Amino acid sequence: MKKLSETKEKRSNLSKRIWADRQLYFMLIPFLLFYVIFVYKPMWGLQVAFKDYNIFKGMSGSPWVGFENFKTIFGNPYFFRILRNTLLISTYSLIFSFPMPIILALLLNEVRIRKFKSLVQTCTYLPYFISTVVVAGMVTSFLAPSTGMVNLILAKLGFEKIYFLSKPEYFRTIFITQGIWQNAGYSSIVYIAALGGIDMELYDAAMVDGCGRWKQTLHVTLPGLLPTIVTLFIISVGNILNVGYEKIILLYQPATYETADVISTYVYRLGVEQANYGVSTAMGLFNSVVGFVFVYAANKISNKINGMGLW
Amino acid sequence: MTMRTRGEKIFGIFNAILLTAIAMVCIYPFIYILAVSLSDAKSVNMGAVWLLPKGINLNSYSQIVHKEGIWTAYLNSFFYMFMGTAVSMALTTLGAYALSKKRLVGHRFLNLFVVFTMWFNAGMIPMYLNFKNMGMLDNRWAIIFGFAINTYNFVILRTYFANVPQALEEAAKIDGASDFKVLLKIYLPLAVPSLATVALFYAVERWNSYFWPMILLKSDSKIPLQVVLKKMVVDMSSRMDSLNYGRDMTGTSEDGFIYSTMVIAMIPMLILYPFIQRYFVKGVMVGSVKG
Repeated sequence: MKKLSETKEKRSNLSKRIWADRQLYFMLIPFLLFYVIFVYKPMWGLQVAFKDYNIFKGMSGSPWVGFENFKTIFGNPYFFRILRNTLLISTYSLIFSFPMPIILALLLNEVRIRKFKSLVQTCTYLPYFISTVVVAGMVTSFLAPSTGMVNLILAKLGFEKIYFLSKPEYFRTIFITQGIWQNAGYSSIVYIAALGGIDMELYDAAMVDGCGRWKQTLHVTLPGLLPTIVTLFIISVGNILNVGYEKIILLYQPATYETADVISTYVYRLGVEQANYGVSTAMGLFNSVVGFVFVYAANKISNKINGMGLW
Repeated sequence: MTMRTRGEKIFGIFNAILLTAIAMVCIYPFIYILAVSLSDAKSVNMGAVWLLPKGINLNSYSQIVHKEGIWTAYLNSFFYMFMGTAVSMALTTLGAYALSKKRLVGHRFLNLFVVFTMWFNAGMIPMYLNFKNMGMLDNRWAIIFGFAINTYNFVILRTYFANVPQALEEAAKIDGASDFKVLLKIYLPLAVPSLATVALFYAVERWNSYFWPMILLKSDSKIPLQVVLKKMVVDMSSRMDSLNYGRDMTGTSEDGFIYSTMVIAMIPMLILYPFIQRYFVKGVMVGSVKG
């Protein structure tokens, strides 16, 4: 008897608490509606991946086909190519783009004139705020075959002009270089902040021990940065399947698909341009699921190693 | 301050030179584009423009003024930026405030419900079909509401609200203030720097986005500038496709036109940049703290 009244009391307590916060729940309505309508409802639409989707029959009217769409993907002659390109572009950015902000932060850390330091920061952060379309426009025009700056320089030096954007062998270099140009400065902010958080007493102690600037960098600065580096590195590895396709779409052309076409750009052409919704949804789902597993695992590892992660 | 050794002095000089070079690489493209957009076609074609404009003329800019599509697109971009940021801020603030309250029944589940979308989303095609099935293709409000909340920005604001001392809210509640009043009169004034950061994040994102507007909007009267620019850039490269690259392009004024469109597309961001720089650095730091 006592127990029953206790649970009853608890329940009325609960509804009392909910009623007391009714205004907060009211605030949540438009917020949650956004997530339900524009984020979770499309997840319901993922069933298209298992259907022979027909626009006229609609989502529920189209027949189920099991894993037929996935079979089509894995049998697709381009599947290996887009998977390879996705992994290669990510790996190369990890190797070449990832260290850049760290190096930049370390170099900036050695600057003693504050005005100079903030001037360099102002210049290097700027590209981040420019739209991908404008950046792609810059790349396209700088590399243009006849009037592009790069080719004008090549011509002056006596080399032959090259139409870079139509050559598959240059695509990854171009893509990764422009990524570094646009993001290195901005990404260095996190490292600069981490550098600011290093205890100054450690430097004093190192100096007492006779360490010069170089040794201080090696024994104090780098170990101080390590947790941040490890965390961000693991997150980048986790994001290996999420290539910036919005930029690729602007820079690639059929002549460079061989090295430039990644999973998401293929999904885009197949789904949006050719209206093959079933197969393109299946391919997107494959990308999301594998990507999710990667991110999840990376985060678990990051949490284990230094107790910090995305969530 | 200790004495610097000779090696350290040399390094200091080398470092200064290197950083100067890096800074120049970062801003040179802007200078170049501005110079070309202000130069006449002949000098550009000869490859004479490197740093300063040659044969100054404003033809390409006057072309923009006269080409109606560009103006419409420019105004559309402003509409998407201002309206979008306003809607985004309203929704994000309401959600972040409510979910920052740990006493809220179900706050754990609701937070997970929202944050889960940071690591998993349906993807491009189901999202596209969702808009299509709701009849929201070629609809301005699809852009405004369909992309209203960025979950990272939600986390930034929620973190800020959660760190405001509880006592402030309790005191106001004793005086009989409602939750809306507490949010409006106590939290929002305190959170101005964070709100500014997030609003700038949204404004930049809105102004620069091209992908979804390109996919969802079809009529010329609705598309923003970035989509127009995308068409021009892609047209430019496909136009060059058909040319031998030894030959000079015809109609270089078209290039100047593209460059000047790029310049006007950057202007709003360049105006915002000083504010952005002040607030963004703080925002990045808050965002990188565990959500």
